[in-house]
Amino acid sequence: MPPGDMVQYGLFLLATVLLSVPMGRYLERVFRRRPAGRFPRLEALERNLLRGMGADPDEDMDWKGQAWAFTALGLAGTAGLFLLLMVMRWLPGPPGDAHLPTPMTWDLALNTAVSFPTGTTWQAYNGETTLRHWAQLAGLATQGFLAGGSGLALGMAFIRGFGRNRTRGLGNFWSDFLRAVTVVLLPLAAVLALVLVGQGVVMNFRDHLAATGLEGHGQLLALGPAAALEAIKNVGTNGGGFFGANGAHPFANPTPLTNTLGMLAIVLVPSGLVRAFGLMTGRRDAAWVLLAVMVLLTALGLAGLHLAEQARPAALKAAVVQGVDLEGKEVRFGTAQTVLAGVVTSNGACGSSAVQPESLSPLGGGVLLANMLLGDVAFGGIGTGLVGLLMVAVVAVFLAGLMIGRTPEYLGKAFGVHEVRLAVLHALVIPAVVLVLGALALLLPPGRAALSGNPAPQRLTEAVFAYASCVTNNGQAMGGLSANTPFWNLTTAVAMLAGRFVTGILALALAGALSRQGRRPAGPGSMPAGSPLFGGLLLGTVVIVAGLSFVPVLVLGPVAAHLTRPW
Amino acid sequence: MKRSVRPALMAFLGLSVVAGVFYPLAVWAMARILWAPQAEGSLEVRDGRVVGSRWIGQTFTDPGHFWGRPSATVDARGSALPCNGANSGGSNLAWGNPAWSQAVAGRAAALRAADPDQAAPVPNDLVTTSGSGLDPHIRPESALYQAHRVARCRGLDEAAVRRLVAAHTEGPQWGFLGEARVNVLELNLALDTLAR
Repeated sequence: MPPGDMVQYGLFLLATVLLSVPMGRYLERVFRRRPAGRFPRLEALERNLLRGMGADPDEDMDWKGQAWAFTALGLAGTAGLFLLLMVMRWLPGPPGDAHLPTPMTWDLALNTAVSFPTGTTWQAYNGETTLRHWAQLAGLATQGFLAGGSGLALGMAFIRGFGRNRTRGLGNFWSDFLRAVTVVLLPLAAVLALVLVGQGVVMNFRDHLAATGLEGHGQLLALGPAAALEAIKNVGTNGGGFFGANGAHPFANPTPLTNTLGMLAIVLVPSGLVRAFGLMTGRRDAAWVLLAVMVLLTALGLAGLHLAEQARPAALKAAVVQGVDLEGKEVRFGTAQTVLAGVVTSNGACGSSAVQPESLSPLGGGVLLANMLLGDVAFGGIGTGLVGLLMVAVVAVFLAGLMIGRTPEYLGKAFGVHEVRLAVLHALVIPAVVLVLGALALLLPPGRAALSGNPAPQRLTEAVFAYASCVTNNGQAMGGLSANTPFWNLTTAVAMLAGRFVTGILALALAGALSRQGRRPAGPGSMPAGSPLFGGLLLGTVVIVAGLSFVPVLVLGPVAAHLTRPW
Repeated sequence: MKRSVRPALMAFLGLSVVAGVFYPLAVWAMARILWAPQAEGSLEVRDGRVVGSRWIGQTFTDPGHFWGRPSATVDARGSALPCNGANSGGSNLAWGNPAWSQAVAGRAAALRAADPDQAAPVPNDLVTTSGSGLDPHIRPESALYQAHRVARCRGLDEAAVRRLVAAHTEGPQWGFLGEARVNVLELNLALDTLAR
């Protein structure tokens, strides 16, 4: 591994860990309910806003109330975005109709209207050929805040399940959401957006611009208010870009610095939330172990993708070409920044990658797919990443409890039949959705028709990649798949809804069950949640749970493509 | 359930105004003040007309110009239209796809035919399409690889052309982020000035 690449990976992970400390402290303070009165004016304003919305500021919601609010907010976003997309054509604004050749069909509108409020931002369209600028902002940027904010509110409610004793209350969803948007996401996104513009990301309201190149070739340049959307797409771990090429587009991600900052923005709030978990449960040692597991999973991904991309394909050898494969990659990013973007976005429930996954080496594409199939638990989406890892932690302590014949417990909370059942159901959502829908797509003609002309194992990977991306609310795609068809638009929408709401409701149900319990004193049979031993157990469980479900499909897809390569 | 409907709708509407209108307008206004040229697309203007953007690769086929990376972008009907700034995207060809091997071989052959004296292996970025189809850069090695051809076509001293490449080579950002690169449009603009 070249030293320069190592330095970039190492510094990124170091920055992630260091930034998590202040971010965690900030999040803990923002969402702390008591003591009230630290900022009396802000709190009075919040109460008035909540009353104006029709919410009770003093309500301490149980898990069902949280689940209804979480679902209602997401579906309100879907309904609003669907209407907006359906009327977009009849309303004026740049780019003009001549520059928007992709028709906004009802199935594409529905798919997009599910995709953004669930934080998936799967895009079956190219932004610059489909959407007016105001729709990208009022429609999509809004949903970036909505999805990120509701994810953070979900994460907070979940943490309180572990932190609280003998109460049904998991906090006030509407208050958490309001705080998440106004004092976490908006300031971060605004600052990042300005830095992006300084580096060269476009921010204007112009129509496509016709230029005449040095050699007289005409060139149409898509412009627009990209910086505002590009910032929240990463801060809110959404990932849906302004342009079709997303993070690879030079107007969206012009320099290695914008790429690095974008990747740091993806992990910033999720890693801070892990630290906030430690502060709110009084177990900072347990939080460090969770963070270490996330960093280790990311480091493994970086090493795997980096090594996979060092292989030289037969096409380059035959044509006597010097260097590694750069198909689907950008020169300014080279190997290290491309690998960083690929791994962080596939871990981070954020599809804003700077590379085309379809053109990676077979095993490299497999690394991205595996990251998603692990459940996007290495940092993951805002709120949902920590939730995902803790749900696996429940399974892990259950397995450990079976070995020594004691009631499994974690941080003084015991896991009985009900709790373990919820965690196992949660673990089954991804395999059920990916394998069932993936099999349907491969069996039915409208599913198969959309696959690319690449060799067979790659086509299988494409289909699995699509559903894995949608159910984990990630959103990146192997672009050879022509996903803008009714079959794919509707099936991926089902995957996104299941991935967001079924898992979210199961997690809240578990949090509700835990907050009702008292806290058991630690005994000799307790799981030492702050020890490397538990970290190892958790890491192993993450890999085993996903591995048992997905080894066959990974072998038939990426591994088969690697072994049957024509070189 | 009913109790959640009104707050959900109100939150969505309020957010649409704050995050969908105020936030982008605030970013736009600040961008106009601080970095107007970048916000407008870092456009290159020569003799009063826009010749492109420094961030968007364009098609160069004249052997007297440095060539950029191949592009897999298409027009609205799906026909090939390289460096289409209005429809970004990659080839999405996989390693095992014969179409990709043929495309790479064809591009390598075209580069060798354009400069038969050049014996070095063809650089990787000049035979592969980028992720966006709009990559504005090539590697410094790839610019130097073309220096002989460009110098010959222009009737320039090859050393002068190589110096020009060196002057337009950008190192990794802050010394360690990303890769060294050459902006093809900037280099060709400078070349046209030099040759004039």
